[in-house]
Amino acid sequence: MTGFLAGLCVAVLPLLAAGFWLGRRTARPESLGDLGTPVEHATFQTLHTASLAAPSLRAGLTEETARKSARRLRTLLGTDALCLTDQKQVLVWDGVGGHHRGEIMERLAGPLETGRGEAFPLSCATPDCPVRWAVVAPLTVDDRVHGALVACAPRESAVLVRAAGEVARWVSVQLELADLDRSRTRLIEAEIKALRAQISPHFIFNSLAVIASFVRTDPERARELLLEFADFTRYSFRRHGDFTTLADELHAIDQYLALVRARFGDRLSVTLQIAPEVLPVALPFLCLQPLVENAVKHGLEGKADACHIQITAQDAGAEALVVIEDDGVGMDPEELRLILAGEIGPSGGIGLSNVDDRLRQVYGDDHGLVIETAVGAGMKITARVPKYRPGVHSAARLTSE
Amino acid sequence: MNFSYAVTAVALVVVATVLVGAFGLRISRTTSDFYVASRTVGPRLNAAAISGEYLSAASFLGIAGLVLVQGPDMLWYPVGYTAGYLVLLLFVAAPLRRSGAYTLPDFAEARLASQGVRRLAGAFVVGVGWLYLLPQLQGAGLTLAVLTDAPDALGGIIVAVVVVATVAAGGMRSITFVQAFQYWLKLTALLVPALFLILAWQGDGAPRQAFDEPATFREQRSVRVKDTLDLRLERPLTVTVSGTVDGRRHDTERVALSAGTHRFERGTRLAFAPGDPVPAAARGAGGGMSTSLATGREERPLYATYGLILATFLGTMGLPHVVVRFYTSPHGVAARRTTVAVLALIGGFYLLPPVYGALGRLYAPELALTGDADAAVLLLPGRMIGGLGGDLLGSLVAGGAFAAFLSTASGLTMAVAGVLTQDVLPSRGVRHFRLGTVLAMAVPLAASVLVGGLPVADAVGLAFAVSASSFCPLLVLGIWWRRLTPPGAAAGMLVGGGSAFLAVAATMAGLPGTGSLHALLAWPALWSVPLGFLTMMLVSLATAARVPPGTAAILARFHLPEELHAEAKA
Repeated sequence: MTGFLAGLCVAVLPLLAAGFWLGRRTARPESLGDLGTPVEHATFQTLHTASLAAPSLRAGLTEETARKSARRLRTLLGTDALCLTDQKQVLVWDGVGGHHRGEIMERLAGPLETGRGEAFPLSCATPDCPVRWAVVAPLTVDDRVHGALVACAPRESAVLVRAAGEVARWVSVQLELADLDRSRTRLIEAEIKALRAQISPHFIFNSLAVIASFVRTDPERARELLLEFADFTRYSFRRHGDFTTLADELHAIDQYLALVRARFGDRLSVTLQIAPEVLPVALPFLCLQPLVENAVKHGLEGKADACHIQITAQDAGAEALVVIEDDGVGMDPEELRLILAGEIGPSGGIGLSNVDDRLRQVYGDDHGLVIETAVGAGMKITARVPKYRPGVHSAARLTSE
Repeated sequence: MNFSYAVTAVALVVVATVLVGAFGLRISRTTSDFYVASRTVGPRLNAAAISGEYLSAASFLGIAGLVLVQGPDMLWYPVGYTAGYLVLLLFVAAPLRRSGAYTLPDFAEARLASQGVRRLAGAFVVGVGWLYLLPQLQGAGLTLAVLTDAPDALGGIIVAVVVVATVAAGGMRSITFVQAFQYWLKLTALLVPALFLILAWQGDGAPRQAFDEPATFREQRSVRVKDTLDLRLERPLTVTVSGTVDGRRHDTERVALSAGTHRFERGTRLAFAPGDPVPAAARGAGGGMSTSLATGREERPLYATYGLILATFLGTMGLPHVVVRFYTSPHGVAARRTTVAVLALIGGFYLLPPVYGALGRLYAPELALTGDADAAVLLLPGRMIGGLGGDLLGSLVAGGAFAAFLSTASGLTMAVAGVLTQDVLPSRGVRHFRLGTVLAMAVPLAASVLVGGLPVADAVGLAFAVSASSFCPLLVLGIWWRRLTPPGAAAGMLVGGGSAFLAVAATMAGLPGTGSLHALLAWPALWSVPLGFLTMMLVSLATAARVPPGTAAILARFHLPEELHAEAKA
């Protein structure tokens, strides 16, 4: 019997969980029934119906969104038939009398042109056709007509004309918001493009200078460094794809460090601890190299003895944890906060704030850089990179083994 | 059998696992060997890791137990467990890797761009994970109980605690090496004793009646019934009984039992003479570990065999801990090579458990009626070789068995905990991952203490059936059919996986006892997998307008080799 009960529990638990989730997803404040006067109740009802129609309209006016919202809008207006159109065709016809589609589109040419509402009787051959009369209210975004809301009724009604106008205005506001959403997305995309990492001009100059210094004394070394430099610049100037793999990014860091070591020799030591599991992780292109560059700068700045940099990449469940640590001069946390907030420009290179911005844009605000530092205490930068995020795909193949 | 050796072996395995997990091969390197430090996991290492994670208690103990009880029919289990990777190789491995998905819910989201389907897939990952964890914990309990007379639940609790502690503390950082190490450990733990056992068998004159039906006792053997059980006799049999049979007390007297089912009260001692057939345990009250689905098989053997084949062939691709490991492969081609290597490694391993099963039929047939058949692998070395050598070999096997529980359980726990933290628990962070780990383990642990009824390999078979009916349609149609829609995928998973899940729950709860309905519920894959596929396709066709935009581009990324795709984009 205990076996039976336990088996039942095992079966029921996931079902309960699924039910809980479904319930939460579909929960609607239906329990307002006893709240307030009938008028207030009707207001709640109307507002609630409107709020249900809003989310789909916020994605713009398409066949899909029109289909999802039309039923709600018809409830809102209480008509027999409701139709949403764009400038060329009927997107959805909800309710009775679908055979009037063609006629409606013909009669819409005027209102769509002028942007003014209109009400007109429908001519119909069917003797008991339930819709005899239509109200057209145009949907406008920024004074441009995007489509029309058509409400059909058996007879003329001034209330319906007024209501259809109001609903159309509300839908227009939603569509305007959708337009805003779209521009915001475009803005973010443009920002990402603008933020695309660039290697610092100082680095190019310094590298060429150090290579030049080897040309006579050690031509072989100079040649190797030049090749590293060529590889590194090719990686950082490449134009396809916004994302790369951790393996490729580490490869670029290696080339970068080879050039820096040529300049500073023994003063710079680097240790690596990389979990091989996270090497295929896709991440924004050139988002770790600037951190290493920053560590090198801080580590060597203002002190004559050696600097040590530690690069760690750990496997942490569904995320990769990348830590870059130096034992250099560190930084005042307050100043760092200002830099990250964008109030002080970075002194050179791409800077931490750029990397931070890009990580936040791609992975969300809880995936920004975590920086631990104090004056004279070195700096430890932690980046959490999710192993999977929709839309994040490395464009290049991993370096072959 | 000497307890201290076995306990030492188990402790060594646990310590080695924790140490390799925490420190193993995490050597700091300087930039001069940057190349070595940033080398991706090769197909062979990854294949060993996948095999290590995959070979669970069901493989290590369960198959031998089933072969012992039911004979060569049960060889379909190792065949199915291996062939699942063939299906994975042919249809899923490379496209799954190219999708960039880390978990199955990730794949659902990448393919269908739907949060709803993602969550549903997450729920099924948790369900399959729990179903699969359950037999691991039971197996651990059985192992420890057989080795040390500890209470049944203790082994499961030990495994649960060790796994939760290491996973939650982030001790599985170098998990690839841990799992690869576990594979070789498990292989050694079965291979070395098997060689000695075969030598002993040869020395015994190589008797060949291993697969005679039914199994017979080769020597005088006394058996103590641990829990009240029903035994079914094919033919009348005379045994010496001290205890209660069919409600009558006997005190060391010869009793002639007629053909049919007899009830033996707990504590009854039976002495069999050489040549007596081994009675089979019947379903009913007090069924031990290995009664279970056996009767379902006997009623509809052909149906049951096909059900098993379908579940194992198609279920492997939906195992959450296996899918996660493919992410480690650097690209699609490497994922394919890895799968080929897995086929070789697992195929090699699965040659061994049937050897134990066959030898068990010869040398320890009474295990079939005490309900401890799953312990055959553990007991054979002591039984056939004995002495210090037998003890050492036995402890090696015990260590290997614990490696099997630990590796599979930790892989599953990580997969389930990952889904719980990402899709169920409110926000992210390390603390939530720990909470998820505890939750991922607590439910199957509680269930294993409460349910405790199915043979290990059967319970795993049920997990495979659910996985085959929910994830196989999602993966195969998701990769190969461009008209799949989110509502179709959700409906298919719910109908296929849900019905398999209900059938599994009914079976575990002991409903209904016998008949064709029991066979249908005990081996659901044969009807639930086609049901899942059919629902997914029909609902997708009915909601053709909901095909996600960009499906063509997504499928191109799944199927084109990475370098081609990079060039196409450049």
